[in-house]
Amino acid sequence: MATTLQPQTGAKPATSLTNEEILRYSRHLIMPEVGMEGQLKLKNAKVLLIGTGGLGAPLGLYLAAAGVGRLGLVDFDVVDFTNLQRQVTFGTSDVGKFKSEAARERLTNLNPNIQIEAFETKLISENALELFKDFDVIVDGTDNFPTRYLVNDACILLGKPNVYGSIFRFEGQATVFGMPDGPCYRCLYPEPPPPGLVPSCAEGGVLGVLPGIVGSIQAMETIKLILGAGENLVGRLLLFDALGMKFRELKLRKNPNCPMCGPNRTINGLIDYYEFCGVRGEEAPAPDVQVPEITPRELKSRLDRGDDLFILDVREPHEFQICNLKGHLIPLGELPRRVHELDSSREIVAHCRSGKRSAEAVDFLRKAGFRKILNLKGGILAWSDEVDPNVPKY
Amino acid sequence: MSVKVMIPTPLRVYAGKRASAEFSAATVGEALSGLTSQFAELRKHLYTEDGKLRAFVNVYLNDEDIRYLSQEGTPTKDGDTISIIPSIAGGVCENAV
Repeated sequence: MATTLQPQTGAKPATSLTNEEILRYSRHLIMPEVGMEGQLKLKNAKVLLIGTGGLGAPLGLYLAAAGVGRLGLVDFDVVDFTNLQRQVTFGTSDVGKFKSEAARERLTNLNPNIQIEAFETKLISENALELFKDFDVIVDGTDNFPTRYLVNDACILLGKPNVYGSIFRFEGQATVFGMPDGPCYRCLYPEPPPPGLVPSCAEGGVLGVLPGIVGSIQAMETIKLILGAGENLVGRLLLFDALGMKFRELKLRKNPNCPMCGPNRTINGLIDYYEFCGVRGEEAPAPDVQVPEITPRELKSRLDRGDDLFILDVREPHEFQICNLKGHLIPLGELPRRVHELDSSREIVAHCRSGKRSAEAVDFLRKAGFRKILNLKGGILAWSDEVDPNVPKY
Repeated sequence: MSVKVMIPTPLRVYAGKRASAEFSAATVGEALSGLTSQFAELRKHLYTEDGKLRAFVNVYLNDEDIRYLSQEGTPTKDGDTISIIPSIAGGVCENAV
């Protein structure tokens, strides 16, 4: 089903292309599915990208290349060295810059004909409706549950399509929410997972090219919506399994009792999404487990003094190969069944990469009766910062 | 009836890293019971303490959400595929911890 968007009122639409634009977009123009008419639709379209990270990178690049007349980029984050593995809008010289600004520079260079606005701001309930209202399509390239619900609700309240994509390690999902007869995010997921039940992040990470693929699918769906071409993903959840290289599709139905997009709407305004998702504070995950700690400097002094400490490393084997403190390796997930390898009469210091997983390990061991156990605060990252900079950070 | 249950990436760590498992079952509920019997750690991620499927976990029989069929009582036939689709935010777990 090809659906066309209603153009925003108020703005004077472009009615022609310059000679430069005609040459630039010639490969679009020679296709009957696009032609001058289609390219003008792209020129007059206004798309807001929420997030300029892994998904936002291919999105921004392809929408700019295609000639979307106005692109908004919403991101409050700064380019980090570890982003370069997948956020291909950025180069090494962009590290430290605001992402929205670095993306704006890159995309302007790619296509100086279009208008690109960088919004260096966090998307929150207080600004979402105002930000969204001047755009035709919203593309969700975010990375957390509260924002996903916020984007969804704002789109439904304003009647804007929401081109959704998400990824986890080797899998991706894509669909289009927010179309008049189609479902919304809450139809698929009426409730967010409570933070304590988000699957273990001990084996996080993502293949850089995965958001490249899913973000490109989102860009394709956005362009199709603007052109009114082809069959789009309304009511269809596209599932991508990168390792198996398989695409599957599930039916997404509009929930007749949806509190947001159903006929009996009960949600009439934006809410506190962090509270809704059971997350307090600034996008913080579940509060850290409170356990007795030792700082890297304290650990170093005690080791230098000759104290008999048993170092327990709860990371994964492939992390141990990157760098280690010569600890005894028991990955966190294996701890329950390998606890017999530990001697509770010895003083144990548990560590991981950043101190989070080892805090859980200490909590578990204390509940199992271990009394002489400490968590290395800040993990091996802090050890590198405070004690031995030769230990690589990752 | 031999049915295949697809295990999504975020839950594979609780299922011995398997991507799928086969069970003999007459209904979706039976197949899921088979799954949580074989992989006990999966239970709390799929079910609440009073035995209800968690609201953020969607279960599909072939390409249809079981909420629009007969929930866990939906009958299955040979060769059916049951998919578990938990919500993924895409990036929450991207960073190493």
